[in-house]
Amino acid sequence: MTDTERRDLQIKATKVRMGIVEGTHAAKAGHPGGSLSAADMFTYLYFKEMNVDPKDPQNPDRDRFVLSKGHTAPGLYATLALRGFFPWEDLKTLRQIGSHLQGHPNMNLTPGVDMSTGSLGQGVSAAAGMAKAAKYMGKSCRVYTLLGDGEIEEGQVWEAFMFAANYHLDNFVAIIDKNGLQIDGPTKEVMDSGDIAEKLRAFGFEVVEINGHSFDEIEAAFKKARETKGKPFGIVMHTVKGLGVSYMTNSVEWHGKAPNDAEYEVAMNELRAKLAELEAE
Amino acid sequence: MADVKKMATRDAYGAALAELGEEKQDLVVFEADLAAATKTGVFRKKFPERHFECGIAEGNMMAVAAGAASMGLVPFASSFAMFAAGRAFEQVRNSIGYPHLNVKIGATHGGISVGEDGASHQCCEDFALMRSIPGMVVLCPSDAVEARAAVRAAYAHEGPVYLRFGRLAIPVFHDEENFKFEIGKGETLKEGDDVAIIATGLMVYEALEAAEQLKNEGVHARVINICTIKPLDEEIVLKAARECGKIVTAEEHSIIGGLGEAVCAVVAESGVPCKVKRVGVNDEFGHSGPAVPLLKQFGLSAENIVKVAKEL
Repeated sequence: MTDTERRDLQIKATKVRMGIVEGTHAAKAGHPGGSLSAADMFTYLYFKEMNVDPKDPQNPDRDRFVLSKGHTAPGLYATLALRGFFPWEDLKTLRQIGSHLQGHPNMNLTPGVDMSTGSLGQGVSAAAGMAKAAKYMGKSCRVYTLLGDGEIEEGQVWEAFMFAANYHLDNFVAIIDKNGLQIDGPTKEVMDSGDIAEKLRAFGFEVVEINGHSFDEIEAAFKKARETKGKPFGIVMHTVKGLGVSYMTNSVEWHGKAPNDAEYEVAMNELRAKLAELEAE
Repeated sequence: MADVKKMATRDAYGAALAELGEEKQDLVVFEADLAAATKTGVFRKKFPERHFECGIAEGNMMAVAAGAASMGLVPFASSFAMFAAGRAFEQVRNSIGYPHLNVKIGATHGGISVGEDGASHQCCEDFALMRSIPGMVVLCPSDAVEARAAVRAAYAHEGPVYLRFGRLAIPVFHDEENFKFEIGKGETLKEGDDVAIIATGLMVYEALEAAEQLKNEGVHARVINICTIKPLDEEIVLKAARECGKIVTAEEHSIIGGLGEAVCAVVAESGVPCKVKRVGVNDEFGHSGPAVPLLKQFGLSAENIVKVAKEL
């Protein structure tokens, strides 16, 4: 990836982070922490990796994305808005009555959302079903799903992984956002999932572990995913929860809390400064 | 009504899938290691490339089927009623019902007539669970002819459908040649104005027998078959309430949350004066035993319908 490409993605990811802050602040609710940890991944998926068209969101041959960790909808919404699926201003209607931006993704209301999710552990199964269906239908589209590292405590996640490996779904990529924190505390203390990459390998996945904030590493991971045949692909991405906003960084408190007006100003000033710095480069 | 041909509705389900699979390339089947029992094995034999085994993981299977439906396929996802409606309730609710995806849930082994396997497998709560999901159509065919028709109607219906089939071979009383099926329409099998028996599933034949017995005692019972538990044919229910003034409901399901309560709600809210009594499983678990004596023991019989009708 060239320096310009990298900087362009960093600019977009910073805007996505601003959209996350905008949405949760306006909603006075929502989940900024895990949205921010996945902001770089969302950006890469929608601006580089996936074959999607905001003008034709229902194209039957498009790639699919399922946000299995549905509570981080603010991150997905900001990315979809930036990509042009709907107006940026809509982000300020998040979680409001009459808004198409529900607290958790709704495939029938929001352009660009491929599956309704929110109940943890289910999106990954739907994604596996899409990948299986795509194979049966002879479609060459690929299916991506993003899970939380707390989410994988749900047993259904492993049922879905078994299914994906059993059917050799090499059009299926499961990305695990390993930010190390969940509502009740550090995942290691709440329910230690151990070596996630090793567990995925044992389930029959080809796996890479990457820094989820490095676009070069994300790009290399997806390249390897495309080259992998006969097996589903897993990306365990090490991330920092709340990254981009100083007081949210690595903080359990900001899993599911919205910034108040003063906190909003601090966050937006930090992100504006970051944006200006990137644009000046 | 002796010596009628008997067939389990689950057998009709398997046969209907295999038949429909010939015509519809987008029909696919998901199964959770019970193909021999749910009879999706009949479909698998013909279309192995369209029969997707999910292993013993019903929750995953329901959400996988949802994903496949979002791609444009028409999945039938099968397991026992206990696991399809019970274990996988939340997946059905959130991954199929909430996005209103075009998944058909083929649930076999509903009710007490599972028999020997006992209470852990005798699902008498599925109507209650599935009725509570917005937009879910709930079907419970009364014999093999209706079951075949219901499978076709479910395929043709755009949206989620729950179909309940039974394990036990039961009388086939519908005439295949002239049978017409429509989701949401009840069927008057016998005219009468003294009392209406509104039944579903294997209780429909019991209701017909009950009507015969009542006739011998000078009571003219109307018999109504309700295959579509939801959306309920309110018109046929209210007509019965107005014309008969007395209703007995009969279902192989808990008296809580099933057909009986659905009928009660319609009648009560209409203001039509009509007494309703529910025949069903009385807020208790089943137990092991051969199906036929079990059904009698739990009052799921023509005799009990007659008794309850006379008490009204």
